[in-house]
Amino acid sequence: MSGQRAPVEEDALEVSHLSVHFGESSVLRDLSFSVSQGASLAVIGPNGSGKTVLFKALIGSIPYEGGVHWAEGTRIGYVPQKLDLERDIPITGLDFLRARASLAGQRAANISRALDLVGLSSEVNAKPIGTMSGGQFQRLLVAFALVGEPNVLLLDEPTAGVDEPGQERLNELVRRLQQDEGLTVLFISHELSVVYRYATSVLCLGRRQAYIGAPKTILTPELLQEVYGTEAGYHIHDQ
Amino acid sequence: MARRPATTSMTSEAVLLSVAMAVAAGLVGCFAVMRRMALAADPLSHVALPGIGVALALHIDPVFGAAAMLFFGALLVWGLEEATRATTETVIGVVFSAALALGSLTTSGEDLIDALFGGAGGLSWAEAVFGLLAAGAIVIFIVAFRNSLIVMLVSPDVARTAGVDIRRLNLLYLLTFALAIALGLRYLGVLLMGALIIIPPTTAKRLARNLNQMLLAAVAISVAATLLGTWIASLLDRETGPLIVLVAAVAFLLSLLRPQP
Repeated sequence: MSGQRAPVEEDALEVSHLSVHFGESSVLRDLSFSVSQGASLAVIGPNGSGKTVLFKALIGSIPYEGGVHWAEGTRIGYVPQKLDLERDIPITGLDFLRARASLAGQRAANISRALDLVGLSSEVNAKPIGTMSGGQFQRLLVAFALVGEPNVLLLDEPTAGVDEPGQERLNELVRRLQQDEGLTVLFISHELSVVYRYATSVLCLGRRQAYIGAPKTILTPELLQEVYGTEAGYHIHDQ
Repeated sequence: MARRPATTSMTSEAVLLSVAMAVAAGLVGCFAVMRRMALAADPLSHVALPGIGVALALHIDPVFGAAAMLFFGALLVWGLEEATRATTETVIGVVFSAALALGSLTTSGEDLIDALFGGAGGLSWAEAVFGLLAAGAIVIFIVAFRNSLIVMLVSPDVARTAGVDIRRLNLLYLLTFALAIALGLRYLGVLLMGALIIIPPTTAKRLARNLNQMLLAAVAISVAATLLGTWIASLLDRETGPLIVLVAAVAFLLSLLRPQP
């Protein structure tokens, strides 16, 4: 991965007064926050609170009001939630990764490095993407993002459908990219213990208002009770 | 326009042009099939009809009237998609059903039959030049934008973050799609060109294990169907268009014999 750790005082992302409406329905209202270079921001909240919508606004794929400002030179690697693909689509893992390498002007060597990093064997090279398991395809999407040599990763539930060892590996990979190589990471997760372990700050989207702060200040029983409406517990893994 | 006689022989220019048409149809069709636009090819081809009617009234070569209307139609679909966020199939279905109705009012009699089913009569130099240039442009577009098209069909959001201009690519693809239809109107007509864009790539999709195999197989099946259909038409003294499509359909039926992985 490229890059040195950037000065922490320079923000990788600044969001100001962001609102998203679908017709009469308001999904995000007047949301403002910033993310420092090299930080790891977890986005949490109950279903329907607008986590994925926020990511789509951040990448400019849906209309919004307010401001979204990425630092100059930002290269985003985006890993979406589960995609609905036709099973018989004849695009292999290699076709997909080569397309990314070509668009980014990268060498093919980056492909095998990215596959190694996410723990995929080269057998996915010849496998049509529609026939991959959910976990395989999810890891392929992470590899796809890495081939583009991003300095920001947006991960929308990246471990959904991935088996336990695969989840651990992906979480550790993201931690390493963030801590050792200075990538800025924004990730959506329902696993509060993962959030506690890997995030440097947490954005909690509630139905009435949003909260942002360090994990210890956001992941409190009182705030989780208020946002989720029920008691949301989590287990803090040994560090 | 007088009804063209069924062909018994084709000039080498006509053979070259029909092969170019088949190559373009195969390449464009691969991405149409993978983008689930298979049903869009048929109604999109209908928009050519009003253009043919107007061109005939103005004594212009109908191919140019059709091409102009298809160009306008592609822009209209793109604009409506952007404005309404409806799917391509929905927009095309609505707009071009109306175009078919308008076209059948502005075109009549044998002209309508020719427009719907094509014919292989004499070939003007203008048609030949237009056809070869259009086919060349389509091949160049697919080769140049293949990586962007692959990523876009997997996920437009992922493509956007990979630096693909989705709006521009959608517009260019729709224009290329329309150009491929315009290219085929001469031999296959409005109704059958949509079939040539869809059937060989659908067959290739069943046979291929990767994208290169699909592109090559679609082109090979499309060219083979065009040449074989034209040859059978000359033997039977029938119109070429329906036989080309029938040969392509037989190839698809044969592909069903291959078990899916």
